[in-house]
Amino acid sequence: MSTALPLPAGRTAPGVFVALALTLAAGWLIVTIDGGRLFSQPTIVSLLHVAAGLGLVAVGQTLVIIGGSLDLSVAYVISLSTLVTAQTMAGSDGALLPAVSLTLAVSAAIGFLNGLLVTKARVNAFIATVGVGLLLKGFLDSGYDGPAGETAPALVRSLGYQRVGPVPVSFLLLLAVAGAAWFVLARTRFGHHLIAVGGDPEVARLSGVRNDRVLVTAHVLCALCAGLAGIYLASRLGSGAPRVGTEGLYDLESVAAVVLGGTALAGGRGGVAGTIGGVLLLASIDAIFNQLDVDAFFKQVIRGVIIVAAVAVYARRTLRKAAF
Amino acid sequence: MRIAEGRRPPARILRSRPGGVVPILVILAALLVLLTIRQPDFLAPPSLMSFLGRSAPIILLAAGQYFVIVSGEFDLSVGSLVTAQVVVAARLIDSEPSRTWPVIGLLLAFGAAVGLVNGLVTTRLGVPSFITTLGMFLILVGAVYLWSDGAPKGGLTEEFRRFGRRAFEDVPLVGRVPYALLVLLAVAGLAVLLTRSDFGRNLLAVGGNPRTAELSGVRVWRAKTMAFVVSGLAAAVAAILIGGYSGVSFQAGAGLEFGAITAVVLGGVALGGGRGSVAGAMLGALTLETLFALMNFYGVSGALKSTAQGAIILLAVAVPSVRSSSR
Repeated sequence: MSTALPLPAGRTAPGVFVALALTLAAGWLIVTIDGGRLFSQPTIVSLLHVAAGLGLVAVGQTLVIIGGSLDLSVAYVISLSTLVTAQTMAGSDGALLPAVSLTLAVSAAIGFLNGLLVTKARVNAFIATVGVGLLLKGFLDSGYDGPAGETAPALVRSLGYQRVGPVPVSFLLLLAVAGAAWFVLARTRFGHHLIAVGGDPEVARLSGVRNDRVLVTAHVLCALCAGLAGIYLASRLGSGAPRVGTEGLYDLESVAAVVLGGTALAGGRGGVAGTIGGVLLLASIDAIFNQLDVDAFFKQVIRGVIIVAAVAVYARRTLRKAAF
Repeated sequence: MRIAEGRRPPARILRSRPGGVVPILVILAALLVLLTIRQPDFLAPPSLMSFLGRSAPIILLAAGQYFVIVSGEFDLSVGSLVTAQVVVAARLIDSEPSRTWPVIGLLLAFGAAVGLVNGLVTTRLGVPSFITTLGMFLILVGAVYLWSDGAPKGGLTEEFRRFGRRAFEDVPLVGRVPYALLVLLAVAGLAVLLTRSDFGRNLLAVGGNPRTAELSGVRVWRAKTMAFVVSGLAAAVAAILIGGYSGVSFQAGAGLEFGAITAVVLGGVALGGGRGSVAGAMLGALTLETLFALMNFYGVSGALKSTAQGAIILLAVAVPSVRSSSR
């Protein structure tokens, strides 16, 4: 299992885009035979909305995974963010900026905690972030039974529902965030350090990289992305939802999207472009199932199979060694 | 990628090996003292016996999880497996007493099969175990809802339920002994025997250093797969007890996977594998249940259980890692 078969030096695996094209073609064929339309405007819009939410989380997840870490607390961070956003706004447009700032600050603090646990306390990333996730779950379970707060109408109108042609504003936000993440990875010192730390922490350290600082920053950025996803979901739902993150499976699906995009789970290799491809692939599968009116429970079974199968396909090619 | 640890000289009073059961016994004793202060008759035989009976399922799950964790993996599917087993049992038995035993046999086979799939996908396909078992979680929950159209059907027989809720009455000294406790003792005995067997020793070696184990002739993939099978079987037995005690619902196993992992960590088993004992894991589960009982007596909301679990996991893992590097 430990034999490495490194990918060619290219930055991203284009495989995911081939898979995306094939999935869309096959999906289009099946949906058409079934008597529906896959490429109608409403379907595309809803596909892009799904992609926006998942994509924001997955871009952040890409950063920590490239650094050789992992964040499984994102689902709870998302739920918490929708609540912080909606409750601070309490339905008034005036509180929009303070609410967004507060949400991002809370998310960043959680990311900071994750980062400290992974670096300073040297807790395995999986355990550290699951532990933090459980802390948040307890808070959410004991404090909230259902939706709470009210998102500012201005935010609902803009980020939640406004679009340019068939492209929702939220998807443009995703593209902007992804572009920024791409720039950070490809052009900044922090990005290069992050890739070095994920590739081989010891070598990075000996080359003068401050590993801990780099990883903590990556965790903060990841949690900020999850916070943004929470703000977006609050603007879609119109209120805070204490279970939206876990029910949307944002933890597992974001990791799956990253792996589908060709980023190695062991760290050090991968990129944001591939992740966006992975996100679009998962969102397309979702859209196809919706068009075919597939039973929700059956959909969940298929999702589980797809995630495991996708990781298995990539693991055979890229797995150096399981992360733990 | 693990760095060998320079072992510190043991503390003078508690000469405990890393992964020994002394620390957990101390914690358990402290919690029991706090509990008896609040609820003086808690340690009286009737309430103690029923407490032990109630705790049996999570202790069984912790024992199963021990084998997986000590081999360096995780099994996050056990909670959903328990739910699936309970719902499947109710539908298949459908209140027909004659079907009880065949269905119990089927549940054990089902548990073993799920463990086998988890193990093979993890070891042969190289998928990290948390993804394999979370995927299994989705599949089991989705499948069980799909199969029962969103509401549990059928019913369990009294014969099935007695394991979880009946007891031997009028036993001298202790009063009543729940069947669940006897099942627990039997399985615990088996688990300890299993850790002393070649399989158990190999598993520790595999978790400690897979490469060395492989080179010394242990078939790593087989040992790990067997560990997942043991965890699946433990979940099947736990499901039989839970179905008996609290009946059929889609929430039957919710969150149990994290309970089991917390218990194992609390019992001094190193996450990442290679260190710890099954007795420690089971004592960890008992301690966790004692803590929950304590929280309950002090009027703490049950919803805060997961916060307590999160805090325990982080503390238990972060504190020893000051001494050893596991990253």
